[in-house]
Amino acid sequence: MSLLSVKNLRVSFDTEAGLVEAVRGVSFDLGRERLGIVGESGSGKTMTGRAVLRLIRPPGRIEADSLLFDGQDLMTASEREMRALRGPRIAMVMQDPKYSLNPVMKVGAQLVEGLRQRDRMSKMDAHDKAIAALEAVQIRDPERVMEAYPHELSGGMGQRVMIAMMLIPNPDLLIADEPTSALDVTVQAEVLAILDNLVKTRGMGLIFISHDLRLVARFCDRVLVMYKGRVVEELAAKDLMQAKHPYTQGLLNCLPRIGGPRQPLPGLDRSADWAV
Amino acid sequence: MALIEIDNLSVTFLSKGHRVNAVKDVSLSVAAQESFGLVGESGSGKSTILRAICGLAPISGGAIRIGGQVLDRKAGKAFAVRVQMVFQDPYASLHPRHIIDRTLSEPLAIHGIGDTDARVMRALDDVGLPRNFRFRFPHQLSGGQRQRVAIARALMLEPEILLLDEPTSALDASVQAETLNLLNRLRAERGLTFLMVSHDLAVIDHMCDRVLVMQHGAAVEELTRDQLAGAQMKTDYARSLFAASADRMLAG
Repeated sequence: MSLLSVKNLRVSFDTEAGLVEAVRGVSFDLGRERLGIVGESGSGKTMTGRAVLRLIRPPGRIEADSLLFDGQDLMTASEREMRALRGPRIAMVMQDPKYSLNPVMKVGAQLVEGLRQRDRMSKMDAHDKAIAALEAVQIRDPERVMEAYPHELSGGMGQRVMIAMMLIPNPDLLIADEPTSALDVTVQAEVLAILDNLVKTRGMGLIFISHDLRLVARFCDRVLVMYKGRVVEELAAKDLMQAKHPYTQGLLNCLPRIGGPRQPLPGLDRSADWAV
Repeated sequence: MALIEIDNLSVTFLSKGHRVNAVKDVSLSVAAQESFGLVGESGSGKSTILRAICGLAPISGGAIRIGGQVLDRKAGKAFAVRVQMVFQDPYASLHPRHIIDRTLSEPLAIHGIGDTDARVMRALDDVGLPRNFRFRFPHQLSGGQRQRVAIARALMLEPEILLLDEPTSALDASVQAETLNLLNRLRAERGLTFLMVSHDLAVIDHMCDRVLVMQHGAAVEELTRDQLAGAQMKTDYARSLFAASADRMLAG
């Protein structure tokens, strides 16, 4: 049985300018694998990720024919049941460590907070577990990082702290929303390797949300391509270069290549039938 | 003679009592109508070089010459006519409470250039924006449209040199393609000289004839376009940057 099953998910917002449909009927199944969701800004990829955790505030509305996680219906779960899922079972890594960590709390205090509150661990045990989590994401001097404030860490370090924090309760599903787009290419490769290793060794499911088609293709098993709230194409990552849909092809072609021709880059035709 | 010459440039900031060497002994020269790229990780000092040229960062050693003349900080207006900059974040670089018309006509007013109306219209045409965008505020435009306005603003005084600081890193892939095409077209039409900073080697390769790889504020290696395409780098760092480039991921 699949870990997560989403059927006809819709997210809409009632605004002054009328109803805005951010996600318009997305369906997918996820096993213990790496699923990539790609699209441009405004395609609804982040909203899809957040809807799984029911992290959309009113006036936003989530509707779905079914939203099942490990057999449990997320649409009818109470707020209390959702809280029990968020963190221990499903975790989410947000895009920017600068905005997702508490700026006035030491990293160590943020890491042990959950362990102390939720798991009622002793100070010592929580500390040891936090150190182990930092080591798992290859932070070399975890004791120093525990005592640092978020602004004292580089972007790559901050993102690793975020990943460490999300992995402490050992979730079954990790939703990573652009976890590497704030990072340099070399650091990006390291963070991806860490994620990859964790997925393999812990048998997690991973939803990897990104705007970078080539990155997703390299890193994931399966790719959903989203445009304007809909999935326009679903394909195995290795078949990406043989993508059929004009939008996917357009996204691939508009990227410059090292050693590519100097002619103008092809733009994206948004006037075709599929774009409406 | 090269149009932009930078000799052993050093930039040092004083931060909380200790010195930060943002740029260490970097030299480069860019010929007229050439397109030169600077690439490196964040904190490698690539943007600081552009900022030093514009006088936004203190020069603590070395010299910058534009057209053979050492930069004179007092030559504010004369400098602005020759050199203009496009910044990374189009959400932050346009005045949020000025309409586009005011943003574009301000340099003309400062330099006492008349014919404002026609020039603003032509600037909008040149960057492919509808003329009625003149009376919009930045928040009424998308990221790509804002970056077009920023490019139009930089071109209002018809400079020879355009300093581009990650002009497309905040944009979607398809919008990036349109913006890069626009920059290439303008360079061809007006004979502009580009000094462009990016962390994306593929973008630099598409836009530039030569590229300088930087790390920790120092120059690592200079490569021509052919050397880059042929993966003929000599230093390990340039090679690792090349290998980690997203562009290589599909190939590898």
